[in-house]
Amino acid sequence: MNAQHQPTGSAYFMTAETALPESHTLSVLVDNEPGVLARVIGLFSGRGYNIESLTVSETEHEAHLSRITIVTTATPHVLAQIMAQLERIVPVHRVVDLSVRSVELGYDKALERELALVKVTGTGDNRVEALRLADAFRAQVIDANTEHFIFEITGRVSKIEQFISIMKPLGLVEICRTGIAAMNRGPQGM
Amino acid sequence: MAGKQMEMTGAEMVLQALKDNGVEHIFGYPGGAVLPIYDELHQQEDIEHILVRHEQGAGHMAEGYARSTGKPGVVLVTSGPGATNVVTALQDALMDSIPIVCLTGQVPTSLIGSDAFQECDTVGITRPCTKHNWLVKDVNQLSRVIHEAFRIATTGRPGPVVVDIPKDVQFATGIYTPPSPVIEQKSYQPKVSGDLEKIRAAVELMAGAKRPMIYSGGGVINSGREASQLLRELVELTDFPITSTLMGLGAYPASGKNWMGMLGMHGTYEANMAMHDCDVMVCIGARFDDRITGRLDAFSPNSKKIHIDIDPSSINKIVRTDIGILGDVGHVLEDMVRLWRASKTTDSSQLTEWWTRISKWKARNSLAYTPNKDVIMPQYAIQRLYELTKDRDTYITTEVGQHQMWAAQFYGFEEPNRWMTSGGLGTMGYGFPAAIGVQVAHRDSLVIDIAGDASIQMCIQEMSCAVQYGLPVKIFILNNQYMGMVRQWQQLLHGNRLSHSYTESMPDFVKLAEAYGGVGIRCDKPDELDDAIQTMIDTPQPVIFDCRVAALANCFPMIPSGKAHNDMLLPDEATDEAVANAIDAKGRALV
Repeated sequence: MNAQHQPTGSAYFMTAETALPESHTLSVLVDNEPGVLARVIGLFSGRGYNIESLTVSETEHEAHLSRITIVTTATPHVLAQIMAQLERIVPVHRVVDLSVRSVELGYDKALERELALVKVTGTGDNRVEALRLADAFRAQVIDANTEHFIFEITGRVSKIEQFISIMKPLGLVEICRTGIAAMNRGPQGM
Repeated sequence: MAGKQMEMTGAEMVLQALKDNGVEHIFGYPGGAVLPIYDELHQQEDIEHILVRHEQGAGHMAEGYARSTGKPGVVLVTSGPGATNVVTALQDALMDSIPIVCLTGQVPTSLIGSDAFQECDTVGITRPCTKHNWLVKDVNQLSRVIHEAFRIATTGRPGPVVVDIPKDVQFATGIYTPPSPVIEQKSYQPKVSGDLEKIRAAVELMAGAKRPMIYSGGGVINSGREASQLLRELVELTDFPITSTLMGLGAYPASGKNWMGMLGMHGTYEANMAMHDCDVMVCIGARFDDRITGRLDAFSPNSKKIHIDIDPSSINKIVRTDIGILGDVGHVLEDMVRLWRASKTTDSSQLTEWWTRISKWKARNSLAYTPNKDVIMPQYAIQRLYELTKDRDTYITTEVGQHQMWAAQFYGFEEPNRWMTSGGLGTMGYGFPAAIGVQVAHRDSLVIDIAGDASIQMCIQEMSCAVQYGLPVKIFILNNQYMGMVRQWQQLLHGNRLSHSYTESMPDFVKLAEAYGGVGIRCDKPDELDDAIQTMIDTPQPVIFDCRVAALANCFPMIPSGKAHNDMLLPDEATDEAVANAIDAKGRALV
């Protein structure tokens, strides 16, 4: 979805970056003020970083704080740069690399969930099969008539991907996904 | 008045907030969307407004003002083209960390988004070229935002901010809140004092160094005079050699015994060789710019690196550091000097061998050029300018190009805040308005813009401004009829095919000065140069000095792009063939 992965921002970095890019999930706590999302995504596009998934919503209404969850792929060096650049944005309160933090807390990885709405149209055997599979995936039917279903499915990204690919031959017509919401296990806060 | 809340219009608030933040001068240009503020300006005498001829000029004047005083520069422009014209100066200030508060008018809130006359998305356009920006839609937020704007522009790593004020907000009445010592903002908390453990580790590393090198930058100047003083103290205590970036010149005096000259692409041989061969590098308020490092994989390969910077994103951005100290340079240096004094009795004998090597590099005399008695060599012109102005209260600004590098190489700066140049963005047209800004702050000082014939034409219109306010800025043009640095690169990279780098039609600069109401001086003979410069200094009006110099001189020494510090092109080795082959195919793609 974004610019080519770059090892660094400098034209003079003529050595190949030896470290491999890793996928990390960042939680960014920001003041919910006009333009704050533009500042964050403008930073990513302006400096050539990747955004693989982005989720935003106000989480603390009284304090006007929003939580932005970004999944990005970068080498460890660039990741540190992304964190530092995000922290420089004035309305940013905190930036946490959930992937790093979960390891520090002694867990394998952060909890990551996504919600998708999937519309499938069809009749006959395909329709029956779609409903049966949806049941197997614990997807809810939230709208239906004799020719279509809209399923609501929540889970890991891999589960949603799999569900969508199974639905394709059965009459898939529309998908909407929320992007990833993520949090670390354990009793402590962000 | 402190602590008391007062009712007033938005336009009145702007003036009140500027006064409360200690502003004495603003640079601006009126227009439809700022008329209420201009009306208020007209009715007061505390703040002097300098009317520019182009909003870019206002931005650079504010930069020169800020850089020479340490105070924020303030700009006031209208919506639409007023705001877009100032964008170059904002980006320039962002890259060089100059505190600027830019107030822009905006169409009334009811018209925002309707493609109204002189409407543009100012906060959208300036978002990536400011440290922060605001669109104020509620008059009751206006004073708080302006105070916050000053705080953000001047604290942490300084930078430009924009406050966009719709016209209806300027007319509306609301409550003015004076600046409060209690900071409400929670998200932005720059860290000024460094981690003491890391400073201790740095001092230990430095104490064991056999081939140390201090590499200082513009951050030292930004941190204040105290920081420059501490830097001098540190150099004195440690006896380490010191080099500086273009932006950092003057923090350590050019006459100091440990001074190595500037480093980087057009830095001295000794500074670059010492950077390459050192075993401990202490980077103070600099950011490893590509003009400094040259080829990165060969950048100072055997050194442990200490990096002091107030911006966490600068540390480990380009070059991996061994000890990264986050904090204000002045604070960190204070701790460093104290710890050094406590732990180390100076034993500089371990540096004897290093200084011997350095003196050999110095003996290469990398700034040498062939003198000429018929034609003024550009280097000679700067040397004479320096000799004739060094004992005065002088400020120097530059445009961008060869003349800028020669000024950096040949003009010796003894004090901080005396040297204003566009380092990061490399903005042609910066120097003259910046000089006007300097002169506004220092009315009795000698302010000289060392310029090129191409650069000066980018903001020449401000002559009209200089004359209007009786600001006797001196423009010293090294006129070679070429965009000299472009021509030099075409010679290095493109087979000397000089595509569009020659100005066939040049204005008569003497007549131009006179047309504006200033004084013009022309000189093309080396033996007349001193007298001509003296006349310029003695002239109480703005002067354009057309110094005709050798047309095809190149700026050396040089690290060709894609090369390492120890792979410099020196003036005595720069034959036509060496110049033509200096940069390989890979280096050619670099800027």
